[in-house]
Amino acid sequence: MIETLLKKTPLHPVEHQLGGKMVDFGGWELPVQYSSILDEHEAVRTHAGLFDVSHMGEVTVKGPQALPLLQRTTCNDVSKLENGRAQYNGLLYPTAGFVDDILIYRMSGDDYFVVVNAANTDKDYEWLLECAKGMDVEVRNVSADYAQLALQGPEAERILQPLTDLDLSSMKYYRFAGGIVDGAASIVSRTGYTGEDGFEIYCEPEDGPRVFRTLVDRGVKPCGLGARDTLRLEAKMALYGNDIDHSTTPLEADLGWIVKLEKGDFMGREVLEREKAEGPRRKLIGFEMVDRGIGRHGYPVIDCGEEIGVVTSGTHSPTLKKPIGLAYLPLDKSAPGTEFTVLIRGKEARARVVPTPFYKRPKEQSR
Amino acid sequence: MTPEDSRYAKSHEYVHVEGEVGTIGITDYAQKELGDVVFVELPQVGTELEQGDEMGSIESVKAVSELFAPVSGQVVEVNDALTEKPELVNTDAYGDGWMIRVKLTTPEEVDELMDAEEYEEYVEKEAGK
Repeated sequence: MIETLLKKTPLHPVEHQLGGKMVDFGGWELPVQYSSILDEHEAVRTHAGLFDVSHMGEVTVKGPQALPLLQRTTCNDVSKLENGRAQYNGLLYPTAGFVDDILIYRMSGDDYFVVVNAANTDKDYEWLLECAKGMDVEVRNVSADYAQLALQGPEAERILQPLTDLDLSSMKYYRFAGGIVDGAASIVSRTGYTGEDGFEIYCEPEDGPRVFRTLVDRGVKPCGLGARDTLRLEAKMALYGNDIDHSTTPLEADLGWIVKLEKGDFMGREVLEREKAEGPRRKLIGFEMVDRGIGRHGYPVIDCGEEIGVVTSGTHSPTLKKPIGLAYLPLDKSAPGTEFTVLIRGKEARARVVPTPFYKRPKEQSR
Repeated sequence: MTPEDSRYAKSHEYVHVEGEVGTIGITDYAQKELGDVVFVELPQVGTELEQGDEMGSIESVKAVSELFAPVSGQVVEVNDALTEKPELVNTDAYGDGWMIRVKLTTPEEVDELMDAEEYEEYVEKEAGK
């Protein structure tokens, strides 16, 4: 029935064998959890966890005008990206709203590898194709060529090192390299979506299940989408479709660090320039609940009966053991310490703006 | 295993009747569907509930669900242990994870609920959807 219409990743059979509780995630059948979100979350914070992120899309941008295309369509400065490094960036509409938030890898020279959100793959690919018209650049959707595994947690390096020819200790945050992992030709990057140290491994679809199994056999806990969401939220990493979308700008989303106005012209620049001068009209803030309850995605923020904002993400933080969330608030109500009211299924509950991220990994592990 | 000495609502609450008092909670299937429970909101002692009334809510890490009264009655006891240990709903749904006790006002409602076997069939159908 419905299940036959869902897309499956190359790791689907392994996930099924390992007891993954499968759900429909944007058209993909993926595990929301194996044992418990709390256990999986804790494994990533204290040891290591393994996620199937093969649903993520990959688009290659190659050719003499690859850099000009990426510079024109994104807000971060791609010209600063050296070979072997990755960059978090925003693919923007002329309105400065997000087409998507993306990772750009510079493979070599004018050869770029762009990692995009699963549900946005076709949209992003078509958008880049459209923008590339008349330019000397080749844009290809190569999503089907890769399985992607995210090995995350303080023990990630120790566990992965014996399985690869790459020297992981010399690989710094947001660097990557091509190498062999458990016999599979792979791209290994020191990136992730959990706020923890770790690696993302891109390999051929047929190798994915073996690598996944090998890591699990070495004591890595398989983790689902549920823990991925609580982990990324504690680290205040934006989720497209929840915290950012076509109607939100990077400055509203508190992602000013990826907006490089000095790099020259790009789509959305005018809007961002104005927002930078005048301040965005709203801002994405982190909050904790003062009253009981959890403010979740879509719940309105009200003030004197008026809706003045909206919760974009909210959950129980397994690390802090209390409810946390993100919300858009008017700029003048966005300072830490400010209290506001969330409407939780018809009931008013007080919440307070707090500094973010909610969780930051201990310093000695940072690189 | 679904206890045979209780009755079950389509909204996945159980009621275990002893005399004129019914102990209400959610089923093992429901707690598994919800995942890690972090917060349970329950009515106060004295509240009059009609069958099908929303009697509270239950939050897991990933979602929130309403709780519905499987039978009519007046709340005579609330499981305060769930305030500190909401995870009891996961670890012992039919035992220490109970939620409220009500004095039944319409005992014949109990007979209209599903028995263990009927509930298991119902769950199988739901899961197969």
